[in-house]
Amino acid sequence: MDTNHSRRQLAAMKQSLFDQGLLDEQFIQLEELQDDANPNFVEEIVTLHYRDSSRLISSIEQALKERNLDFNKLDTLMHQFKGSSSSIGAKKVKAECNLFREYCRAGNAEGCMRSFQQLKKEHAALRKKLEAYFQVSRV
Amino acid sequence: MDNGCFSSPRRDFPAGLRVLVVDDDPTWLKILEKMLKKCNYEVTTCCLARHALNLLRERKDGYDIVISDVNMPDMDGFKLLELVGLEMDLPVIMMSVDGETSRVMKGVQHGACDYLLKPIRMKELRNIWQHVFRKRIHEAREFESFESFENIHLMRNGSEQSDDGNLFAVEDVTSTKKRKDADNKHYDKECLDPSSTKKARVVWSVDLHQKFVKAVNQIGFDKVGPKKILDLMNVPWLTRENVASHLQKYRLYLSRIQKENDQRSSSSGMKHSDFPSKDLASFGFQNSVNKQQNDVPVDSYNFSDGSLQPKNVETKSREGEPKGIIPQSTIAEKGRALTGNIADTNMREGFRVSLNQPFVPLESEGNRSVFDCSMPTQYSWTEVPHLQLKEDHKSLVNLGDNFSQLPLQGKQHHIQVDQSQSIASISSTPSITDEEVAACIEPKPLFADYKNDYATSVCSIGNAVVDTFPIQPGSLVMNDQSSEPISTTNSGLKTQGYNNLSSTSDLEIYQRNLLLDEDLHFYWLQGESYNMNFGLQNIGMSEY
Repeated sequence: MDTNHSRRQLAAMKQSLFDQGLLDEQFIQLEELQDDANPNFVEEIVTLHYRDSSRLISSIEQALKERNLDFNKLDTLMHQFKGSSSSIGAKKVKAECNLFREYCRAGNAEGCMRSFQQLKKEHAALRKKLEAYFQVSRV
Repeated sequence: MDNGCFSSPRRDFPAGLRVLVVDDDPTWLKILEKMLKKCNYEVTTCCLARHALNLLRERKDGYDIVISDVNMPDMDGFKLLELVGLEMDLPVIMMSVDGETSRVMKGVQHGACDYLLKPIRMKELRNIWQHVFRKRIHEAREFESFESFENIHLMRNGSEQSDDGNLFAVEDVTSTKKRKDADNKHYDKECLDPSSTKKARVVWSVDLHQKFVKAVNQIGFDKVGPKKILDLMNVPWLTRENVASHLQKYRLYLSRIQKENDQRSSSSGMKHSDFPSKDLASFGFQNSVNKQQNDVPVDSYNFSDGSLQPKNVETKSREGEPKGIIPQSTIAEKGRALTGNIADTNMREGFRVSLNQPFVPLESEGNRSVFDCSMPTQYSWTEVPHLQLKEDHKSLVNLGDNFSQLPLQGKQHHIQVDQSQSIASISSTPSITDEEVAACIEPKPLFADYKNDYATSVCSIGNAVVDTFPIQPGSLVMNDQSSEPISTTNSGLKTQGYNNLSSTSDLEIYQRNLLLDEDLHFYWLQGESYNMNFGLQNIGMSEY
């Protein structure tokens, strides 16, 4: 593929992510930070985020396996997860975080479980799309 | 970028602003680092609050501003915020992905100068320099007031010391302060209450400040925090934010005093062996207090060598026990003017508080009898537990180092303590009767001769007071308007009037101005007197 093509493709991919509500303005901010000193800044950040967020997902998963859910702990973990998600502008994931925390505050275990499953899906989906995105960007 | 900014901003300010970022989220840490670098700031990142504190402590002047996340695993962000404000007096910006009003309010109450919501925008970071700048202006203004106060004080040097005179000086300062305060007001109280206007300014009365000091001493500087202080003070209408800002100012004030004191001491000829200008020896006395039973673990401030080093300083030790805060309230409560002669030695003993004041080196001269009164925690309210005046003044003697040779020997000084309130009881000195005390309690020439007994009691008072912040000559300006911390690096009491003023002009000034009257509690024309007053009040001369 020639550069123009990949650039256009990249733009289209990005646009699609925005249109689907998967990414928000923060992603643009990250791109603006990218410069000669850090030419792969956005990708580095995204990579960093997924490493950290995966760890958090595991922790939440563990916590959800407990017989008596510790909603405070879950809320704290999810708060961290939300913070991490906000770093790359993961809009839908963030929304799901809020929902989860609502359930936590309500002490709704069932709601938490469901919400968490949805969250994991969104998280994985975005990750894939971004990986593809960066792959194209490297071309 | 170079790191030139200490007190004066760089020419290309805010470029080179030294920012410390604390966040447990590695992603955000990296993003913020990049963003701040784009602002041409000098960035240091940290993912642990403890680590951040270490960095800050290691390089006291190494950073201009701190940005910290609210939720961190090893330490609550608010706690870090308080500590930074207290110890380093740096502006702190909080961040969080959670923007709930209650959280933001809490941040502001804890002293945050701003609260940013994640995701943070570049434009928000570009403006953080304003907090640094604002603080500098504020400090400059406070210092100016202080300076003007000192000038007034010095001008009065040599003139007959009278209450009127002192009052005058005090008033002068007050008015100056008032003007300045008006300017600074909004800085002080802007966070007081989001719903209130700037009119709701907290007036730190003697009484209030004394409670404050007491609380601080009780907690120990190492662990001090606005919330703890607030709880101990038990003043319902006071907010944590009030306390936090007062505490910051207090420390700042102390450091200023310390600097002044150092300069002054060199000129006055008194040797203050160790009080590096920057350090607030003021907190507490460095030596004498070892008699105290309480340890005032002002960990963060060890003034033994005059340097404000965070250390665990047991008040017992001779090192600077950063007691620092004079129980103002005691004075405030005392309605009595207490003037007495205090034998030099006695006084010295009593006030051998860290000071690099050019005050009499309270070398215990033989007059240890004075300290036969031990002051147990009678100053419950003054929080001067560690002021134990014991016969054994060894500890005091140690302080001698800090004092240039003031030939207080045998000299007695009048301690004019105009106490509007009764003095706290001094368990010690039984020999001093009320009569004696009463006799002494009246405006008198500066150094009346005190009997030993009286001196003892006074000393105790002094000691008690010493516990408070040693006040540097002239540096202590505690007026109601300002929440200026009274920083007295030297155990004001000690050097106060009790000492041979003769040795230094400064001393004289201070000695003379040992006035304690209701309104003047704060207006310690001299650092010492301030201490003295407090001490006296605490001591409750009435006991005698």
